[in-house]
Amino acid sequence: MHETSIAESVLGLVEQAARQSGFARVTRLTLDIGCLAGIEVESLRFALDALAPGTLLEGAQWQLCEHAAQAWCMQCAAPVPIHTRLDDCPQCGGHQLQPVSGTELRVRELLVADAPAPPAAHTH
Amino acid sequence: MCTICGCNGDDGHGLRLYPAGAHAVPAAAPWAPAGAAGVLRHAGGDLHYGAGPAGVSVPGLSQTRAIRIEQDVLGANNRVAERNREHFSAERILSFNLVSSPGSGKTTLLCATLQRLREREPATKLAVIEGDQQTSHDADRIRATGVPAIQVNTGKGCHLDAEMVARANAGLPMAGGGILFIENVGNLVCPAMWDLGEAAKVAILSVTEGEDKPLKYPDMFAAAQVMLLNKVDLLPYVSFDVERCIANARRVNPRILVMQVSATVGTGLDEWVGWLLHAYDHVSGRPHSHAGHAAAGPAHR
Repeated sequence: MHETSIAESVLGLVEQAARQSGFARVTRLTLDIGCLAGIEVESLRFALDALAPGTLLEGAQWQLCEHAAQAWCMQCAAPVPIHTRLDDCPQCGGHQLQPVSGTELRVRELLVADAPAPPAAHTH
Repeated sequence: MCTICGCNGDDGHGLRLYPAGAHAVPAAAPWAPAGAAGVLRHAGGDLHYGAGPAGVSVPGLSQTRAIRIEQDVLGANNRVAERNREHFSAERILSFNLVSSPGSGKTTLLCATLQRLREREPATKLAVIEGDQQTSHDADRIRATGVPAIQVNTGKGCHLDAEMVARANAGLPMAGGGILFIENVGNLVCPAMWDLGEAAKVAILSVTEGEDKPLKYPDMFAAAQVMLLNKVDLLPYVSFDVERCIANARRVNPRILVMQVSATVGTGLDEWVGWLLHAYDHVSGRPHSHAGHAAAGPAHR
């Protein structure tokens, strides 16, 4: 369940951004997650939900974008798309594959508000 | 009444708001920005909202804007890991991050490794950082071999991170170089993601586990440079297909180096310890021969 630590690292980046840019809260958080990043997206969603209350992330929506990976096929000597580390080469069927992308885990963008969330009485 | 925020302004501030955009700042404004754009602080410390881009703040309607961050979530850990790596390199410390599931025999193998290293090279400094959620049992076992060890209890944490290693390393007597073993929390999932600054991750898998573990936990076996297949003395008693296990490991990591060992009866320990010392030859810069080495150490990479 390292997604809890990941969620804390995300909050750290958000707090740093708030110190630099100044905002009261995040309304939408966009993460880029490579499919080889070792992240279970639903676990991360759960961890963010659990972490958010009382922080700048309270009430934010999570936009968790999973991206495919590329590997270098040693037999084909060419880059090929893969989705897991166990995939075979879609061209030659071999499994001498070296992933070259897909391990990224980045905070891409924040949608932020300068005002705190309205009190519950104002929401419908 | 404050014409921006609509407060009653009983401190008589009127328009004395720290402005954003259209509103001018009085030269000697007795209030200061609260640190967040569009959030203003009056002389009495009250916070005012409504100085954002739209210049207004309406309950229920928030002013939003997008900020592009494009930052690696693990960037903070990776920066500390890189600092560790530079420190290890400058001090000629060769460091390994030992990872496995609980019960693979990591600590027993480490104790046997330390004893062999001591016998072969009594002058080489050795040290261990032990990661576990609780107890100092493992560090106690290491210290019983005469090698200094620091226990890191991660509490609820499922892995060591670079900062923990930096702090623990500062308490170990490794001036002048040596070999540092970092025994991670027993877990084949989470430690794969955290770079500690080590020269190589060494995954330990025992023959009492399944030969399909490299396929079940591919991230770890992809991140490791070495796989030690431990407890091979038990092979006659378990149904474990060594060749298939190695093929599975190579499937997720074509370049992984595999050695078969038994910590309890000593099988393969000469090869493993020879590999470690060869890698240390490179890190410490001492002259050595490459004759008789089955595989290159991490320093060759």
